[in-house]
Amino acid sequence: MSVRVLLPNAFQKHTNGTREIQSTAGNLPQLITEIEATFPGLRSHLRDDSGQVRRFINFYVNEEDIRFLGNEKYAFQDGDEVLVIPSIAGGSFSDARNAADWTAIPAKRVRPCGQHRCCSYCGQEDCHCSD
Amino acid sequence: MAAAYELCCRECGKRYANAPLSICDECFSPLEVVCDLDAAKRTFTREAIAAGPSSMWRYQALLPVPDSYIPTTPAGWTPLMRAPRLAEHIGARNLYIKNDAVCLPTLSFKDRVVAVALANAQTFGFDTVGCSSTGNLANAVAAQAARLGLKTYILVPSDLEAAKILNTQVYGATLVRIDGNYDHVNRLCSQIADRYNWGFVNVNLRPYYAEGSKTVGFEIAEQLGWRLPDNVVVPMAGGSLIVKIRKAFKELIALGLVEDKPVRFFGAQATGCSPISVAVKTGADHIEPQRPATIARSLAIGNPADGVYAARAIRDSGGWAEDVSDVEIVSAIQELAETEGIFTETAGGVTTAVTARLYAHGRIHPDELTVTCITGNGLKTTDVLAGAYEQHAPIRARLGDFENYLEERSEEDALELGGSLVR
Repeated sequence: MSVRVLLPNAFQKHTNGTREIQSTAGNLPQLITEIEATFPGLRSHLRDDSGQVRRFINFYVNEEDIRFLGNEKYAFQDGDEVLVIPSIAGGSFSDARNAADWTAIPAKRVRPCGQHRCCSYCGQEDCHCSD
Repeated sequence: MAAAYELCCRECGKRYANAPLSICDECFSPLEVVCDLDAAKRTFTREAIAAGPSSMWRYQALLPVPDSYIPTTPAGWTPLMRAPRLAEHIGARNLYIKNDAVCLPTLSFKDRVVAVALANAQTFGFDTVGCSSTGNLANAVAAQAARLGLKTYILVPSDLEAAKILNTQVYGATLVRIDGNYDHVNRLCSQIADRYNWGFVNVNLRPYYAEGSKTVGFEIAEQLGWRLPDNVVVPMAGGSLIVKIRKAFKELIALGLVEDKPVRFFGAQATGCSPISVAVKTGADHIEPQRPATIARSLAIGNPADGVYAARAIRDSGGWAEDVSDVEIVSAIQELAETEGIFTETAGGVTTAVTARLYAHGRIHPDELTVTCITGNGLKTTDVLAGAYEQHAPIRARLGDFENYLEERSEEDALELGGSLVR
């Protein structure tokens, strides 16, 4: 059993330019593990601080979003074509929070940006988002 | 900041020099444009704006285009209209409509984003541009690319309204119909943009494209006499518009052009495609994709690119999101036309119906200054009104026949009103 996996341009910096691999993974978790084993440099970029695969990364099987097929429960079929598309949509905050926390989100969240600290909302280093 | 604007990852904050790029290569999250507000302070003044063109380009200093850029298309600067008759219908007392049903050149707010995207396509040297579209974007890209002499590939779902297909092909664009919904089309465009050296306005040019939506917010503030409204109601497809209107208000506050005040943002979707509305209502921290099933095809994006940011903007502002049925959408199109003389497409029906519901549910106080954003023109989706109006048999061009016609009309009206004549 083998599936064809197409990787996006955005991954190539971490895959030595590899665009496509053949995989014997039986499902999505196995595939991700295999991709990480094949390209160790990709792991820290593929997962967030809590070890979860970043939700801006989307997986499609034969043109269909894998979430409509059962997501992790979907068993790959021989000959499936798996597409990895980053940042098309459907993301979540990297510091995922539960519903009760929504009201506590401050207007401005500052995170490191190289040598600077920029507002995660407007991207400015010195903004007035929380004024 | 070395340039007046550059790219910044929305999640990890990594900065990038300007390039046709929409994905962070570190965390694979979306990029957005950040403008140097300090630099803009010198040129972005009320006086300079007032002296600028009667188009969205009056705000050029806060748009990601080179200083030397000379606009070719007068998009934007659409009317902000008081809506007293609609207000009376829905229990409002201070309601305005931002009317992008008459945005030039193709009668939707997409003309704004495309104007910025194609300016950048030229800067980056693309000779071919394209997009995935639910219709309005297709029209805008086709028209503006024709004016700039760019080759155009436009990919759309095969079930698109006939008017939106015609309004793309007439400009000479290559229209590729895809057997699938918008999300299938969008996924394919991501692959095409990886393979071909083309400028896809909502894929590799997306950070620049999205900034064009800020001009809706700039205009609302300026047209209100440089003040912010209490509430804004915005239709949501990919979710970018509501986020960028909020960004526009924040930038105006940061530049001291308007007084800071809380503005609540309300999102509008069709129930048949409501991933962002559901996320807001359930408090979910992520967007669960949906398979769209609604007549509001221009909002039929089941996996919205900016959904999580739209939900966040709504919740951060203390607003809310609602979704309405297809029947409500058609009724609202008619209600807006009958009360304010504005013929909007299905997306505008969604926004109008949601606005009415927000007042009905007490989420918006009648006296609060509320702007509802109408983003597209009804002439593009006339199919949803097919059969809505009966056509009587023609009468002869004789006064007697006309008087008979009036008499029959008044009898019909009397029947409809249960026996009581209108006058």
